[in-house]
Amino acid sequence: MDLTLKIWRQKNASSKGKFVTYKVNDISPNSSFLEMMDILNESLVVKGEDPVAFDHDCREGICGACSLYINGRPHGPDAAITTCQLHMRRFKDGDTIVIEPWRARPFPVLRDLIVDRTSFDKIIQAGGYISVNTGGIPDANAIPIPKINADLSMDAASCIGCGACVAACKNASAMLFVSAKVSQFALLPQGKVEAAERVQAMVAEMDRLGFGNCTNTGACEAECPKEISITNIARMNREFLCSKIGAPKVKIGAGGF
Amino acid sequence: MAELNSKIPKGELAQKWTEYKSHTNLVNPSNKRRLEIIVVGTGLAGASAAASLGELGFKVKNFCYQDSPRRAHSIAAQGGINAAKNYQNDGDSVYRLFYDTIKGGDYRSREANVYRLAEVSNAIIDQCVAQGVPFAREYGGLLDNRSFGGAQVSRTFYARGQTGQQLLLGAYSALSRQVKKGNVELFTRHEMLDVVLVDGRARGIIVRDLVTGAIERHAAHAVVLATGGYGNVFFLSTNAMGSNATAIWKAYKRGAVFGNPSFTQIHPTCIPVHGDFQSKLTLMSESLRNDGRIWVPKNKEDAEKIRHGQLKPIQIAEEDRDYYLERRYPAFGNLVPRDVASRAAKERCDAGYGVGETGLAVYLDFSESINRLGKNVIEERYGNLFQMYEKIVDENPYKTPMMIYPAVHYTMGGLWVDYELMTTIPGLFVIGEANFSDHGANRLGASALMQGLADGYFVLPYTIQNYLSDQIRIPNFSPDLPEFRKTETEATERLKKLMNVKGTKTVDSFHKRLGMILWEYVGMGRNAEGLKKAIPKIAALREEFWKDVKVTGDFNEINPELEKAGRVADFLELGELIARDALSRNESCGGHFREEYQTPEGEALRDDQNLMFVSAWEFTGENSEPVMNKEPLNYEFVEVKQRNYK
Ligand SMILES: Cc1cc2nc3c(=O)[nH]c(=O)nc-3n(C[C@H](O)[C@H](O)[C@H](O)COP(=O)(O)OP(=O)(O)OC[C@H]3O[C@@H](n4cnc5c(N)ncnc54)[C@H](O)[C@@H]3O)c2cc1C
Ligand code: SF4
Ligand code: FES
Repeated sequence: MDLTLKIWRQKNASSKGKFVTYKVNDISPNSSFLEMMDILNESLVVKGEDPVAFDHDCREGICGACSLYINGRPHGPDAAITTCQLHMRRFKDGDTIVIEPWRARPFPVLRDLIVDRTSFDKIIQAGGYISVNTGGIPDANAIPIPKINADLSMDAASCIGCGACVAACKNASAMLFVSAKVSQFALLPQGKVEAAERVQAMVAEMDRLGFGNCTNTGACEAECPKEISITNIARMNREFLCSKIGAPKVKIGAGGF
Repeated sequence: MAELNSKIPKGELAQKWTEYKSHTNLVNPSNKRRLEIIVVGTGLAGASAAASLGELGFKVKNFCYQDSPRRAHSIAAQGGINAAKNYQNDGDSVYRLFYDTIKGGDYRSREANVYRLAEVSNAIIDQCVAQGVPFAREYGGLLDNRSFGGAQVSRTFYARGQTGQQLLLGAYSALSRQVKKGNVELFTRHEMLDVVLVDGRARGIIVRDLVTGAIERHAAHAVVLATGGYGNVFFLSTNAMGSNATAIWKAYKRGAVFGNPSFTQIHPTCIPVHGDFQSKLTLMSESLRNDGRIWVPKNKEDAEKIRHGQLKPIQIAEEDRDYYLERRYPAFGNLVPRDVASRAAKERCDAGYGVGETGLAVYLDFSESINRLGKNVIEERYGNLFQMYEKIVDENPYKTPMMIYPAVHYTMGGLWVDYELMTTIPGLFVIGEANFSDHGANRLGASALMQGLADGYFVLPYTIQNYLSDQIRIPNFSPDLPEFRKTETEATERLKKLMNVKGTKTVDSFHKRLGMILWEYVGMGRNAEGLKKAIPKIAALREEFWKDVKVTGDFNEINPELEKAGRVADFLELGELIARDALSRNESCGGHFREEYQTPEGEALRDDQNLMFVSAWEFTGENSEPVMNKEPLNYEFVEVKQRNYK
């Protein structure tokens, strides 16, 4: 099939970007969206032009690197998949496709379609862990965990850290991402010990990094490629309230716990 | 010639590691703070090592080329991780895991290393559960297991089809905690270009900041490479797009010897190639072989009709299907090791029984287990894999059998390391898939994750201290030493040279051509005649690359073409070494199948008399042939036999 692509081009973080239009021809409907981008890039290189830069690595929907806004939707038109899992059979011959980077203040554009998502790492560093050192751990079966909790924890833990939730949200809120990590641990006995400190530290860091508030529009859940549920946000809010009532206050910047 | 001292501790097999730990030199806490360690890689091996070393009090710098440590290729591992817990009470033990791994590796790995791996496997599971890894559980709340190829027990722990993701996120959270504490400094979007030697010891690395293009020098008391496998040398593989050999290849060229480069693993269950635009191959986890049965039509005419779209697989009657693995290997059936399953698929397709448009595919059929267990059970076990398959192939595997074909997946070969995981360059350690250590000529499923975490959590943090204990007096040397500047200049010039070729062909086009040569001559079946053709073909391609490659963009900016060019330049050298190693090994073992050496039934035929050694290749200069050193393998504790899965 033949397609028209309108792609955001931006040389670096400090320069201004603009849309540039390209044509690609004879694309197989069986090729993936990123393979279509490869074909475009090969043709640009041969012409001596700069290829379009985009993040990608695993190309099977698990690393969370790919991050395109396709026709106004993060990860494109299909539900529950990442950009790298999108196939061209989803489009029609002659279509025009608009391709942009994630647009959110905490994710500045670095070049073309690549954005900086290190703020997500910082949120995890603030408290997205259980404080155990290597070694000297009791047997893995010492604490039985109800299957239902283990499964719910796994649902939350499936988050790939792609940032589509933030990109989809008009407030650029990171609540879905943060709540997924908080829930994963809150649902496990191992995570309960530090639950209060964790939720406070992660929320504080999220606010500090300039992510917006949650106004319950649900756009994040709708666009999340891993179908992370907004019930996690409700769970996090509960955890947060409980932590304010019962637990000791964390000292921000206290160097982890 | 390089000196290969494997440093295997004396004594009984089961006591070696305990003995080693009791007597090895340690570094005291106040000195740890003065010692710096560079860890390159944030996959299971790198992240677990960086976190553990940080916890111990060392100052760690940790590098990866992705934007976040959490995106390392380990994230994509699907099926599971082995451990000898024997929770299923099915007769498993440390010895049995050790034995299965030695046998699975076709008697080409070190007994002491493999025993240690099996021994620490249980602590890995404990560690991960404590970190909050949500492994699959049974209704009673205890951990669940599944079976993998090459084993008759259920010892594989898993988290749906996303085990690697969950284990990596566990290690990443431990790493993040150390970053917060200031013990580990992270350098994301940084690519290692070379290792720096001072007085013969590894003292640092040269990296490129992939955002600004700046070349940086980093110094440390020891350098750990955890940069993963080199399967992407074949262009099409199941590895992540950025997986590369640059770090280990540069270390090889600085004097670290390379172990068994030709031991590459072709995984039997991948989605078949569908077009020349294809950028990578997708694995369908080996765990699927627990419940899926592999078959092709019994009659060539049926296969022919299927290929032309005149027949559908569900129309083939049960008695007209050839479940060739169950037929040839009744004891292990669909759970034979990977090398055996891959070759059997190739054999059927070469004989004209293959399905799919190209005839290069076999069926993996779940209908029987869906009938027996119900669709919801299969969905719970493999839901995400089925979804992944449907997205790519546009067919519903609950209704029609999957089509699969072998693809390059893993590299058992890698930098040679001793029992302490140190290379022939003092102070340079290699862990995870990047080293050659534990899997011999064939890796068993669910054992790479085990090895990566064993190395990073439980082995390296001890062994590196033995080296560092006499380094405490060395002051924090500066990256301004002439050795650093010289290596920096060489690395910069190499990249500039690539940009200045200004030829006509893209980097990818060269990579694809290299992959085609390797797949044809150095793939699933190899022979002397083909290998002798491959070596000059690769050399010629390399020459053409340096004359005619076209790299666009600037040096001082994000430039994915330049990144790829650097990696492909190294693959073009490594590819030749792989072919040389394959040619030198006149036997078939594990993933290395030389067509001249097989039993009348088509099984691999080893030559234990002459070839029971590790090939350890030594770089001798740009224009001279590498030299092969041998590390003999002595089997003191297991009897060496022909592998039998019948
Ligand atoms: C699709 C798939 C499924 C798999 N499933 C399983 C399974 O179920 N069970 C199992 O046991 N094994 C499985 N494996 C194998 C296993 O995933 C890998 O062997 C293992 O994860 C490798 O881990 P690692 O830490 O050694 O390296 P990797 O995870 O590959 O990490 C490499 C790291 O090094 C960094 N790096 C690389 N080069 C450079 C450079 N030049 N400069 C800076 N940084 C660099 C990368 O950024 C990355 O952080 C699977 C593999 C694949 C491809
Ligand atoms: S919650 Fe969903 S959309 Fe947000 S980062 Fe995680 S996987 Fe991506
Ligand atoms: S490239 Fe890894 S999720 Fe898309």
